[in-house]
Amino acid sequence: MDKFVYDVVVIGAGGAGLRAAIEARLAGKRVAIISKSLFGKAHTVMAEGGAAAAMGNVNSNDNWMVHFRDTMRGGKFLNNFRMAELHAKESPDRIWELETYGALFDRTKDGRISQRNFGGHEYPRLAHVGDRTGLELIRTLQQKIVSLQQEDKAEYGDYEARIRVFAECTITELFVTEGRISGAFGYFRESGDFVLFETPAVVLATGGVGKSYKVTSNSWEYTGDGHALALRAGAKLINMEFLQFHPTGMVWPPSVKGILVTESVRGDGGVLKNTEGKRFMFNYVPDVFRKQYAETEAEADRWYTDPDNNRRPPELLPRDEVARAINSEVKAGRGTKAGGVYLDIASRLPAEQIRKRLPSMYHQFKELADVDITSAPMEVGPTCHYVMGGIEVDPDSAAAAVEGLFAAGECSGGMHGSNRLGGNSLSDLLVFGKRAGEHAASYVDALPARPKVAASDVDSATQAALAPLERKDGDNPYALQHELQEIMGDLVGIIRREGELAAAIKKLGELRARVAAVSATGGRRYNPGWHLALDLRNMLIVSECTAIAALEREESRGGHTREDFPKMEPKWRKVNLVCGMGPNGEVTLEHQPVPTMRDDLLNLFDKSELAKYLTDEELPA
Amino acid sequence: MSKRKFRIWRGDATGGELKNYQVEVNEGEVVLDVIHRLQATEEPDLACRWNCKAGKCGSCSMEINGMPRLSCMTRMSTFEETETVTVTPLRTFPVIRDLVTDVSFNYEKAREMPAFAPPVGLKPGEYRMQQMDVERSQEFRKCIECFLCQNTCHVVRDHEENKKEFAGPRYFIRAAELDMHPLDAKTDRKELAQQQQGLGFCNITKCCTEVCPEHIKITDNAIIPMKERVVDRRYDPLVMLGRKILRRDQIAPLASTEPAVHAGPVVVDETKAPVDFGRELLPPMGAAVNAKGKVDLNEMLSDRSAAASPFGDDVQFPVDPTALNYYHPDKL
Amino acid sequence: MTTLATRPSGAKARAAISAKTLRTDRWWLSPLIIAAILLFFIVYSTVRIFMAKWYFVEDYGYLTPLYSPCLSDSCVEGSSHFGTPLPKLPFFLPLGIVAFPIVAGFRVTCYYYRKSGYRSLWLSPQACAVTEPHKKYSGETRFPLLFMNLHRYFWYFALLVLAINAYDAILAFRGKDGGFGLGLGTIIIVINVAMLSLYTFSCHVCRHVMGGRLKHFSKHPVRYRFWTWVSKLNERHGTYAMISLFTVLLTDFYIMAVSAGWFPDLRFIG
Ligand SMILES: Cc1cc2nc3c(=O)[nH]c(=O)nc-3n(C[C@H](O)[C@H](O)[C@H](O)COP(=O)(O)OP(=O)(O)OC[C@H]3O[C@@H](n4cnc5c(N)ncnc54)[C@H](O)[C@@H]3O)c2cc1C
Ligand code: SF4
Ligand code: SF4
Ligand code: FES
Ligand code: FES
Repeated sequence: MDKFVYDVVVIGAGGAGLRAAIEARLAGKRVAIISKSLFGKAHTVMAEGGAAAAMGNVNSNDNWMVHFRDTMRGGKFLNNFRMAELHAKESPDRIWELETYGALFDRTKDGRISQRNFGGHEYPRLAHVGDRTGLELIRTLQQKIVSLQQEDKAEYGDYEARIRVFAECTITELFVTEGRISGAFGYFRESGDFVLFETPAVVLATGGVGKSYKVTSNSWEYTGDGHALALRAGAKLINMEFLQFHPTGMVWPPSVKGILVTESVRGDGGVLKNTEGKRFMFNYVPDVFRKQYAETEAEADRWYTDPDNNRRPPELLPRDEVARAINSEVKAGRGTKAGGVYLDIASRLPAEQIRKRLPSMYHQFKELADVDITSAPMEVGPTCHYVMGGIEVDPDSAAAAVEGLFAAGECSGGMHGSNRLGGNSLSDLLVFGKRAGEHAASYVDALPARPKVAASDVDSATQAALAPLERKDGDNPYALQHELQEIMGDLVGIIRREGELAAAIKKLGELRARVAAVSATGGRRYNPGWHLALDLRNMLIVSECTAIAALEREESRGGHTREDFPKMEPKWRKVNLVCGMGPNGEVTLEHQPVPTMRDDLLNLFDKSELAKYLTDEELPA
Repeated sequence: MSKRKFRIWRGDATGGELKNYQVEVNEGEVVLDVIHRLQATEEPDLACRWNCKAGKCGSCSMEINGMPRLSCMTRMSTFEETETVTVTPLRTFPVIRDLVTDVSFNYEKAREMPAFAPPVGLKPGEYRMQQMDVERSQEFRKCIECFLCQNTCHVVRDHEENKKEFAGPRYFIRAAELDMHPLDAKTDRKELAQQQQGLGFCNITKCCTEVCPEHIKITDNAIIPMKERVVDRRYDPLVMLGRKILRRDQIAPLASTEPAVHAGPVVVDETKAPVDFGRELLPPMGAAVNAKGKVDLNEMLSDRSAAASPFGDDVQFPVDPTALNYYHPDKL
Repeated sequence: MTTLATRPSGAKARAAISAKTLRTDRWWLSPLIIAAILLFFIVYSTVRIFMAKWYFVEDYGYLTPLYSPCLSDSCVEGSSHFGTPLPKLPFFLPLGIVAFPIVAGFRVTCYYYRKSGYRSLWLSPQACAVTEPHKKYSGETRFPLLFMNLHRYFWYFALLVLAINAYDAILAFRGKDGGFGLGLGTIIIVINVAMLSLYTFSCHVCRHVMGGRLKHFSKHPVRYRFWTWVSKLNERHGTYAMISLFTVLLTDFYIMAVSAGWFPDLRFIG
């Protein structure tokens, strides 16, 4: 077994992980970056629309306060206000910083970074590069890491003197010694050999949990590893009931079901129609948003050219609203055969413009569905996309409840409340990735002595990892994964009911024993069956958290819709549901008050607006 | 739904073979779906890489009927019903197992390419660039690093020995991207491309362009313009004259080439090397291993405290450098 | 990881696949066709330039591009549009001695012909993902292929030749009586010059010189516009290269035929 000693180990090579690693390295620490896939392939690469930052390049009325308001509204006021505040204030700096690393965003006429409209954002706010912003972001960070390695090479003669990337390496266990993180354990996918990292600080940036769903825009990587690692290490997960279903995933052909159709299609003028050819979103504008959205098609269409004097089209409502609307249309029998509705850009923009503004969508539909989006509408439906819930962290330092453990990116929770606005994730990665790296480094500095990994922990981690290979008669991991996805997709999906949730919890409980007895055939070298077998227990525990929390929260809010409790309840706004792990590996759940917003922030809102979310006694006088 | 014939390469560095499979294929499926179906049914340990399944990450590169392709973007409907589809790993890189290859060559080349040099005197947020100025570089930044071009390029595909000196089309577009970046402050990228990346090896036969899934015009928009920029520097008489007469420096003066960041391993003539590489050295005896071929981690089973040295008991640290087939590059 | 200064350990093994290619399409077809075309043109033009006859139609002022400009005392009367600074040439020197090497060199070093030549004549590689037959390969890094980089010079000179061709074309608007005239030959010659211009102006060198070498397009709007135009043309450069090859051939053949009296020129005016 290989053993490495590092100051900071960053698990995850997506936007959050890389940004954290850069910051820790700049603080002079020796850093390891660990990733399940190759370097530069993490999920961030798939983000399309853009990164939200109130730079005010396109509309100078924009500033951090407006962004903060939009974020809180989008999250239905459940967000950790401090995180939303930091995010709104710091994201412009983080984006500008990327330019100094070599990023090339699309430009405005006067040479600044161009910004585009997106659902839930009052002004054009998303810095973007065509529709491949995530690629730009991850490539830029990847190249910055390379440039730091080149500096190290010049100084020490070795590229890997201070930053080393361990690609295709999966962490299966974190070690805690006397309440502090002491190391991480995993295996190299390539060889199946185990590896031990001794480190006082771990930054989790492992992304989300979407692979527990049948229809998802997420890849095999999203098995909730970070969530589960943190739980097992003793940290807490919050808001796990909130999952974002992106309203527009591809629905046909079946093999690509779930793959994302970027929201910028709507931002650039695309409209949703049912099979009757009606623009149905006008019927689904909820009261809290009534004031900001257009009521007629004519007004909506004017908005694209004159946003200051018109209200925005309802297609640009936050994602949860649009997803639910599509769901209702399909349920009402006005959907397509494949179970979706039409997203039409062909009749709204000239073909040339479409190809220019949405090149990868054009490409994607052409190659995967044989549909030419410049002449035909796309068929779309909701797809599991993003988990708002995650590891509970301190807003300023990104530190989790276990000393030495930090979390950033999609696997951390609180920032987005009950629903994330499009584009807020990419900037979240940068803002909190940086903070996590910075504070991990200063934590290491302040540490009197490094905790030692206990040998017995390593032994049991090794055994746990080898167990599926040694068992012979357990279930096939692929079959189990399929079952899990069915349960989550059918019973804990967009629209939830008490009975179904209870049934899901029961079924997940039954699955637990079978997952514990899963067996994998083949050897240790690059064996995907074995890898999946090891990921399953993470998927399972995270799914349990989601189901249990969803059953508990008796209201509908953002990414959590209960058919039996369709209203948003101000009293539930004060509650965060927090999952932990009991002594026997079972999920525990407790209520925790949502931090109260400072008055100066509260005053940024209209009192009438606050009244829609807050209880009477919370309202400022 | 129909049964289709597949031949898939199974094996590893020690050898392998094409194995035949009959797999169900549904409407609208791509080759990657078929491989997943095989994994979920007959062959759970069939190794293959993938992530996004939407042609965005560049993980699923393989060779399908001999052509380098992304398997997630190769639709089954492009083949005849009766056709046997042959799937093999990328040929240019060492194989790990089945369809997975070791692509570290590319990451090493990436590290040798000097990074973006930020302009001095501009703070973050002060960068101003026109869209028309960034467009050329943006085309190259579309690259998803699928390494299909690197795999197809005959310079390394057919001539392993060129790998040392040849960076490959992926890194030519990177060089072009930076050279065309309106604010990049480094002025000797042309020289670097010629001298360290091996731009001259490319004979512009355009196979990289043919296979690029992002449809980047690698040859026309990056390699040839870079070759032309090299010509500017080295050969063009009018450019030199123009520079003299107009005293205008559109092209910065010939910068002295910086030392290679890393131009491949230093190879020294065997006879001149301070060490005789040919001499026999006693291999270290290696650690005592258990039945599984691994070092015992459990101290209870060990005869000493702490883990055994992986090199065995006969190696003392620090190792005497004269006892190694190694010399320090600076001590040539 | 390879480390510096240790002996490079033997490369790790690639997948053991012995087939030279697993491609199932007819990848050999296009290199075969191109090879046939190129070889035909090489043979034809070699034969023609050493023929030293049937290159000028005096009545109408048709001069074949393969002999233009004709600068030696051996040229037939009237064909020397630029005088005869050169003495009589021995038989082993072609009469187009000045321009032909330029034109030939221009085509040989052209990026498009390089591609087709390397693929179809040199098999390096014959098609993508097909193992090439050569043991060693050094590309254009050393002599003689290093000289492919001289394409820039050839382009400058080719511009001159193109101008001469255009001048020849103007002179081809001549009737028997010396006044204005127009025949099928004139039209062919003009089309040829048009195709040659498209070929020459779509050249990668042209694209580079027009604006490709700039770092900031926004500071040079005019050159940017030119660059955009040339870039558009450049996308079809291969097509123009092939078409212009055929029009040169056709022009030459037509003039040869008329000059040899195999068939008369079709006259519209004069
Ligand atoms: C299709 C799509 C489009 C999107 N579009 C947008 C958008 O337009 N705007 C926006 O703001 N957001 C968007 N998002 C959301 C956003 O991309 C993600 O939330 C964000 O990229 C997550 O980044 P991350 O750094 O947290 O994790 P990721 O980028 O997902 O990285 C996770 C990393 O952790 C590693 N990892 C995981 N588990 C382990 C383990 N056990 N051991 C070792 N390594 C591990 C993985 O290998 C990977 O490197 C989109 C998401 C998707 C799926
Ligand atoms: S054009 Fe050059 S780089 Fe591209 S495949 Fe051919 S030889 Fe390789
Ligand atoms: S240039 Fe094209 S083929 Fe090459 S790695 Fe990038 S995307 Fe792939
Ligand atoms: S899986 Fe991402 S490109 Fe094919
Ligand atoms: S590139 Fe073909 S003529 Fe210059």
